[in-house]
Amino acid sequence: MDDAIIHRLWIIAGVLAGLLIVAPGLIWLERRMLALWQDRYGPNRAGPFGLLIVLADTLKLFFKEDWIPPFADKFVFVIAPTIVVVTVLLSFIVVPFAPGVMVSDLNIGILYFLAMSSLGAYSIILGGWASNNKYSLLGAMRGAAQMISYEVFMGLSMMGVVLLSGSFSLNTIVEAQKDMWFIIPQFAGFVIFLIAGIAETHRLPFDIPESESELIAGFHSEYSSMKFGLFFVGEYLGIILISSLTVSLYFGGWLGPDFLPPLLWFCLKTFAFICFFILLRASLPRPRYDQLMEYGWKIMLPIALLNLVVTAGVILMYK
Amino acid sequence: MESNIGPTEQLRLRFGEDIFIEQETKDSIVSLWLPLDKLKVVLLFVKTELPKPFQFFYDLTAIDERSRKKDPLYPSTYFTLVYHLFSFERNDFLRLKVALTGEYPVVPTAIHLWANANWYEREVYDMFGIKFEGHPHLKRILMPLTWEGYPLRKEHPARATEMGSFQLWDDKMDREQAALQFKPEEWGLARHSEDSDFMFLNIGPQHPGTHGVLRIVLQLDGEDIVDAVPDIGFHHRGAEKMAERQSWHTYIPYTDRIDYLGGVINNLAYLLSVENLAGIKVPPRAQVIRVMMCEFFRISSHLVWFGTFAQDVGQLSPVFYMFTDRERVFDVVEAICGDRMHPNWFRIGGVAQDLPIGWETLVKKFIDYFPVKLKEYDKLVLRNTLFKARTVGIGIFTQDEAIEWGVTGAGLRACGLEWDFRKKRPYSGYEMFDFDIPTGNHGDCYDRATVRVEEMRQSLRIIEQCMKNMPEGPYKSDHHLATPPIKKNTLKDIETLITHFLGVTWGPVIPPGESMICTEAAKGANSYYAISDGNTSPYRMRIRTPSFAHIQMLPYISRGYTVADLLSILGAMDYVLADIDR
Repeated sequence: MDDAIIHRLWIIAGVLAGLLIVAPGLIWLERRMLALWQDRYGPNRAGPFGLLIVLADTLKLFFKEDWIPPFADKFVFVIAPTIVVVTVLLSFIVVPFAPGVMVSDLNIGILYFLAMSSLGAYSIILGGWASNNKYSLLGAMRGAAQMISYEVFMGLSMMGVVLLSGSFSLNTIVEAQKDMWFIIPQFAGFVIFLIAGIAETHRLPFDIPESESELIAGFHSEYSSMKFGLFFVGEYLGIILISSLTVSLYFGGWLGPDFLPPLLWFCLKTFAFICFFILLRASLPRPRYDQLMEYGWKIMLPIALLNLVVTAGVILMYK
Repeated sequence: MESNIGPTEQLRLRFGEDIFIEQETKDSIVSLWLPLDKLKVVLLFVKTELPKPFQFFYDLTAIDERSRKKDPLYPSTYFTLVYHLFSFERNDFLRLKVALTGEYPVVPTAIHLWANANWYEREVYDMFGIKFEGHPHLKRILMPLTWEGYPLRKEHPARATEMGSFQLWDDKMDREQAALQFKPEEWGLARHSEDSDFMFLNIGPQHPGTHGVLRIVLQLDGEDIVDAVPDIGFHHRGAEKMAERQSWHTYIPYTDRIDYLGGVINNLAYLLSVENLAGIKVPPRAQVIRVMMCEFFRISSHLVWFGTFAQDVGQLSPVFYMFTDRERVFDVVEAICGDRMHPNWFRIGGVAQDLPIGWETLVKKFIDYFPVKLKEYDKLVLRNTLFKARTVGIGIFTQDEAIEWGVTGAGLRACGLEWDFRKKRPYSGYEMFDFDIPTGNHGDCYDRATVRVEEMRQSLRIIEQCMKNMPEGPYKSDHHLATPPIKKNTLKDIETLITHFLGVTWGPVIPPGESMICTEAAKGANSYYAISDGNTSPYRMRIRTPSFAHIQMLPYISRGYTVADLLSILGAMDYVLADIDR
């Protein structure tokens, strides 16, 4: 085997291991951060700073009864939670962590990410449908509508960046930000992308498919044990993915002053966005499903289109 | 017809002199006995034709008279049906009593006059077996469908130990299970409309959005609510039945648990009726202490509502802040009463103990602390655009609809009617305090929220006035029926010793009569209709709670909204299951 392949295998192993350690770690982070903002302690008993709660949670999930309701569609029920994890993990292929630290520099990186996140929607729909539970069905229905509509302008919002850098490859996009982060020319695009990203990961305020106080847990009401765990991990992986994409697209990816290595810059920026996601959850109420759709189609979509047209116009003028 | 004469004269003018028998009661509510055959026309008259009509159907209940000591002057021997009606224009109640004969009497329904008579009549049927002719859905409401007997009849046992051991044979289990089968037709719900099949969604009795064991069956077209049917009774503990075997004194802790967020507010509603029956005048210091503690509990109850309401619309954090503040309220409550949620602290004739040394410091600390937090919550919740999007224009009802359905409390004030029983029919010395009645304009969920938040500010004002003007004097009346009696002179004179001994061992003997005093509890109008036949325990105790009336309105105000809106409507309603089911 030649060195290049071995090198790539190492990166794949590293990324996979890193993500699978960080994602459950986020459970701890989220609970501690929420607690901090809500005047509580949060998990602080198991291990230093309660860190071992991650281990305890994982163990607990493994040992819980793996229950498949008799009325469920077994095959689809089992497949659904794996889809979310697989599609999100596959999306990480195109994320540039640092110069050279990237599983594959696809020249259609952004399109590939959009495709994967569209596939991810199946997980919610199938999970909710296969559960054969009315609450899950309502959640799945909402989730499908939400993800499909928010993907439309998520794609559009990213086109501004593509126009500026002239490439779909995330590696090229990051390098194109050497002089100026795209957050400055593409501020509107950034805001839209972030909002769509939150909707994509269905986190509060866009947790309408789950909406605890109405639909109990929505599409994953019937799931238990590690199948539930997969939905859970999938959600956290989604947060990392959207955060790292936001950083790559608008905040110069790994770029940063020399006193820190590029990988660390990337991690720090991503971490900041992860915290932002958690803060959102701590502070905002949840809009109603139809309000969310209205907001998406009537406000976000026109702005995304306008942003695209203006960006294209400006680029044409200066060429 | 003259409008400045009382309702009795007006009724006599219309129906004849000898139709009505007036009964003297301690609470000075006009109480009229009328024959059953006149009931329908009289109800119609007082609701629609009478100038300044009694348009508010406050309460309906029955009394099983069969074991009462026979009194030739008392016109009922089997059952008595008691209507409590209220007129906002007159600011007065009207009590209409009908003597019913026979073991299972039949009465005409009043649903066509008052929409909220529906559940009250079902309750009377459920508890007494009295049938209402023309009622569209006369089924058990609080008890399980398979229950045998009618619990508030005197022959029905009050304790499980009187009923023989419980056996769940297979056939009984099958029957019970069959009764739980959901058939939409039995709930008055159609399975299809012309162009769509409906989905039935069962919300509760275990559901995070219902705040307790409330079940709502939703008839859905997509996510739109076609109809909603509340199913109550899961929290029914027979509080009214318990009163009949508790002494007047030992019943106080049960009242704490009716509106379990309201604590001593319940004590007060009960004790006002009892003290009125006994003719006890509560000393001023006790009155002010009572008012102060009630207002603390009003704040505590509203804080729970505020936090959970925010959580219902998806905001996770406020509930933690508000529960923390509630702990501060409880710090004060605990220091004064010795307990937190259910302090059982008011006594017949006063309160259990004098205020502890240093209570002013605690109260002052809270008064200084809380307004800042309220301001913060305004920013965090009330002015949040997403919160507004979820609550403005949702669950609207007008003033007329509110009155039609028996809505009281913040719900009524949110429609613009400035009505607070503390102000309009002051009790326990509320007339001495300076406070405002906050109102809303639109009668939607948001207005109900702002009204309650403002009420917390007003409660704080009252507490401050209590603190600054706390009168000196005894904390309990020296009336011989005040319980536990004052011990000071017991070893000096034999009469006092005997009274004390009897008061402590048997409990006080409250003179015969009946009394009901309406109070403004945290959730709306709450009152205890106490009936004494001159014994150590009540002959009958009727508890009118606000939540029962409010939840009855749910189908009416949630039709056409979505499932998500239902949660806003429920959250803004501020009910407590124990307050619905008793």
